[in-house]
Amino acid sequence: MLEARDITFSVGRRELLSGVSATFDAGKLHLIIGPNGAGKSTLIKQLARLTRPQVGSVLYEGQDVAGLGEAALARKRAVLSQAIEVAFPLSVREVVMMGRYPHFGGSPGPTDHKLVDELMDLVDVTEFAARNYQTLSGGERQRVNFARVLAQVWPSEHETSDFPRCRYLFLDEPLTFLDIHHQIDFMKKLRDFASATDAVTVGVVHDLNLAARFADRLYMIKDGRIIAAGEPHEVLTGELIREVFSVEPQFVRTTDGMHMIFG
Amino acid sequence: MSALAMTRPRTLLLILAVLSIVVLAGSIRYGAIDFSLTDIYAALRSLVGGPDPTLDQRIFLELRLPRAILCLLVGAALGVGGTLMQALFRNPIVEPGLVGTSSGAALGSALFFVLGGVLDIGMSIWSLPIAACIGGIIATYLVFLLARSREDGRASIVMLLLTGLAINALALSAIGFLTYIARDPQARSITFWSLGTLSGANWKSVAIVAVSTIGGTLLALRYAKQLNALMIGEEEAVYLGVNVNRLKWIILSVNVVIVAVATAFTGVISFVGLIVPHILRMLLGADNRNLIIGSALMGAIILSLADLIARFSLRPAELPIGIVTSAVGVPVFIYLLRRRQYVF
Repeated sequence: MLEARDITFSVGRRELLSGVSATFDAGKLHLIIGPNGAGKSTLIKQLARLTRPQVGSVLYEGQDVAGLGEAALARKRAVLSQAIEVAFPLSVREVVMMGRYPHFGGSPGPTDHKLVDELMDLVDVTEFAARNYQTLSGGERQRVNFARVLAQVWPSEHETSDFPRCRYLFLDEPLTFLDIHHQIDFMKKLRDFASATDAVTVGVVHDLNLAARFADRLYMIKDGRIIAAGEPHEVLTGELIREVFSVEPQFVRTTDGMHMIFG
Repeated sequence: MSALAMTRPRTLLLILAVLSIVVLAGSIRYGAIDFSLTDIYAALRSLVGGPDPTLDQRIFLELRLPRAILCLLVGAALGVGGTLMQALFRNPIVEPGLVGTSSGAALGSALFFVLGGVLDIGMSIWSLPIAACIGGIIATYLVFLLARSREDGRASIVMLLLTGLAINALALSAIGFLTYIARDPQARSITFWSLGTLSGANWKSVAIVAVSTIGGTLLALRYAKQLNALMIGEEEAVYLGVNVNRLKWIILSVNVVIVAVATAFTGVISFVGLIVPHILRMLLGADNRNLIIGSALMGAIILSLADLIARFSLRPAELPIGIVTSAVGVPVFIYLLRRRQYVF
């Protein structure tokens, strides 16, 4: 379980997060929604310990992350950031293998190679495994990095069930460069990953319909505060959407559930 | 695919290792005087209890052999320095000569010769390399301090190159001034400091440069994986468990030390650190684990070839080696600048 306890974080005189408290459960997919500049990415960076709060704390399994070593943290926490540029020509396979860096000392072992192959298959990038990452499109790059972060927090075989180790995956607007097919595909795989590996998964998305469809829990943020948290139908109400996003939603019931149209 | 990626770099590194031995063999045989294989053999035997060496053989042992080995070591230092700087700044256009390290080290060494003569201080064999390191550290630090943007504290590559240019010019004019007031004959040669030469090589300089270059390279090798993680961005490296600030500090220090110590004995030799990693990335890929070893070997090979050219072109006189490396390096530098692939 992941817990944010009364986090306040300021840069200069601007308070980006104000007293944010929330819990995130293992095996569930948690999505954060909110308008631009609301503090979504800031919250993700706090939860992943890239930046540290001035007030409050972030707890992994009840333990304050401030006390964790870099290497230990990297073995259980991965972050998918936006638009990753690589400075030098690097093959897709090498980029995915970086996810295993925290897990091996000198060179990757056979299990690392096997996992990388499987994950490239999973996100559908095996056909360009040998290609230079720099020549890929934004959407292709995003899938490669998805495989990389999965490789970082994938449970290894020698971990037994009597020694469970919780893993944490954070995603900052992972759908940005993906076409509609890959967006849905991505969300499905993310939800499967969370439930299959019992990882704590927290992501930021903009598409409210996708959020409603895939999230186990939604967190609605505005001006550095959590306005509402709960199951999608509890958070995505006409009143809250109007207040937070300044748009007028219409709810349409179809055969596969409720959809929103915005005016 | 994975088998290919595993074996190809190893084969290439092996080829480079063999080539560096071949170049070393050529470099000890040919020069102002050519030594026959019998002479070389007899000279080496005299070291292990054979008959006393003749005059020619003594020249071989005391001038030619240390020069050839120093050349390998300095080339390795410059190659590794270039690779480390490029990995650290995530840009293929940085090298120790361009960001002030080499000229700062040269100024530190020149100051040592002048002040050492005047004040009669610090005559341990480590004094000169330490003076060079201090000069290199100050100049490099100054370049990064001045190149930093006021808004976000980052140094853009354009600013780095321009500031490096200014600090290099400043250091070289200070060296120029020192050469006028110097009494020490070595410090009096401005071409020595600004264009570089290996003609002053002896076993003492070989020993000191060997310690810094080999030690620095081995230390850098331990951080190769972390430097790889840096390729996908500083934030991503942090997420992969890298302490980025510590990594920067260590790599910059290793780079300054190996380059400054080499510069203390050979003067400023530019562009080796630029060309070597560039060629290697095309041959080996961008993995720093292979690049660091490869750039040590290829730096040694390229500088030895440049030294052979320097010794041959005006035989029996010789060219400063920096003229040779610049003649090859400048076109490569311009080519890299003109290429649109890299973002500044």
